[in-house]
Amino acid sequence: MKQNKLWYSGFICSLGALFGLIMVWQVVVLITDVPRFILPPPALVYKAFVENWQLIAEHGLVTFTEIILGLMIGILLGVATALQLEMSPTARLFLRPILVFSQAIPVFALAPVLTLWLGYGLISKVTMAVLIIYFPVTSAFFDGLRKTPPGLLDLATVMQATNLRTLFYLRIPAAMPSLLSGVRLAAVYAPIGATIGEWVGSSEGLGYLMLLANGRVKTDLMFAALVSLGALSMSLYGLVNVLIRQFLFKYENPSD
Amino acid sequence: MVNLNHQPVHNDVHINGSITLSGKVILNDINLTIKAGQWTALLGPSGSGKSTLLRLIAGLDTVADFNGLITSSTQVSLSSCVSYMAQDDLLLDWANVIQNVCLGARLRGQGGDKTKAKRVIQQVGLSQHAQKRPQSLSGGQRQRVALARTLMEQKSIILLDEPFSALDARTRTDMQDLAAEQFKEQTVILVTHDPGEAVRLCQSIYLLQDCSVNSIAALSPPFPKSIDDKAMFALQSALMTQIRQS
Repeated sequence: MKQNKLWYSGFICSLGALFGLIMVWQVVVLITDVPRFILPPPALVYKAFVENWQLIAEHGLVTFTEIILGLMIGILLGVATALQLEMSPTARLFLRPILVFSQAIPVFALAPVLTLWLGYGLISKVTMAVLIIYFPVTSAFFDGLRKTPPGLLDLATVMQATNLRTLFYLRIPAAMPSLLSGVRLAAVYAPIGATIGEWVGSSEGLGYLMLLANGRVKTDLMFAALVSLGALSMSLYGLVNVLIRQFLFKYENPSD
Repeated sequence: MVNLNHQPVHNDVHINGSITLSGKVILNDINLTIKAGQWTALLGPSGSGKSTLLRLIAGLDTVADFNGLITSSTQVSLSSCVSYMAQDDLLLDWANVIQNVCLGARLRGQGGDKTKAKRVIQQVGLSQHAQKRPQSLSGGQRQRVALARTLMEQKSIILLDEPFSALDARTRTDMQDLAAEQFKEQTVILVTHDPGEAVRLCQSIYLLQDCSVNSIAALSPPFPKSIDDKAMFALQSALMTQIRQS
């Protein structure tokens, strides 16, 4: 009950902040008298959104699909890699330097190559999203797996537990909070990956729509697409949080 | 009182050897026998090697090096007949009381016996809390769950590493009584720095001091001693004097 009330007031505050931001935007446009093709006022962006909502929804769905696929594959790969690293010292020896090195290359720089190799379609964007979230998830989960309280491992030894069962009943549950932080981060990063992929080369998606609108000086449409992308990312983050709270709360909120 | 069919209780534990920590001798050439079926205290200040001894008996890794032998008087390997309770209750935050109590069976892939778990939980007086998660329990209740988890293991040797020291005075006394009642047939090795606790609960007391182990004349059964037992206070102050002299 108290939790609900807190959530509700948090929601109201967020709405208030959003409204404030729009007001500032409007005031800036009024004061500076900036041309519409540089910064359109909020009302114009809203109009562009209403007029083009079908177009935006169409492209939004493409981006959404890319993000969701990227998120799922990235999380699965990240979890699998972390488990592999945890279970095999050999894997740690060989895989870890590669993982760190892969992070030294900006993922953005890989986008043109991915488009070249995987084409203009869905796969190159999903790969982009996967690449961008793979490392945070792997790293967060692996860290968690390494930090099982030593007392619990002592208990497992005395109880003559097998390694695999210790992993499933103690190490993984104890690492869940770390993994879930990684997943939250991934939910924020995935849209970035998909959008970059679309910018580099595509014929659909919100990123593509933004470039297209920009090229035709339809700045209002570009902003409408941008705001939609923001709303999409926020909803995704919210959805991930709701799912975590619904199904995995006991691993994360000891006080609930 | 429910009979849990404990394993036969007749393995004495013999410890021979020395403990060193980065070249420095902690315990030098000790030779002690822990008798089966009674409570034995390993009493000593921090760093005296008492917890290391307990971990060695449990088969756990230690920071210090041990050079010697720990054997049981029967053919059964020690690690298969010990159960361990630490100062930290080591409860799983994500599991409820019953699941915590059944942890050992689960970790061995044996499938926990829920009926037995409920009986054990009843024995430690937590029946009403069986479905709760540890966060909603008090420190004393959490330690009771740890006790129930230890009971559930049905081992003949119980290793207690200061399990009551983090509790408040009243809860500590209650827990001592409960543990003494529940573990009256097993071989219990209690590591403690509190002479009062050792005297109240244990039939044999070993004082770990100045790199050696000295046997102290303990009180005779029954245990635990009543909290106003005169002889207990006398022995406690004698012990304290001896500890402070070193």
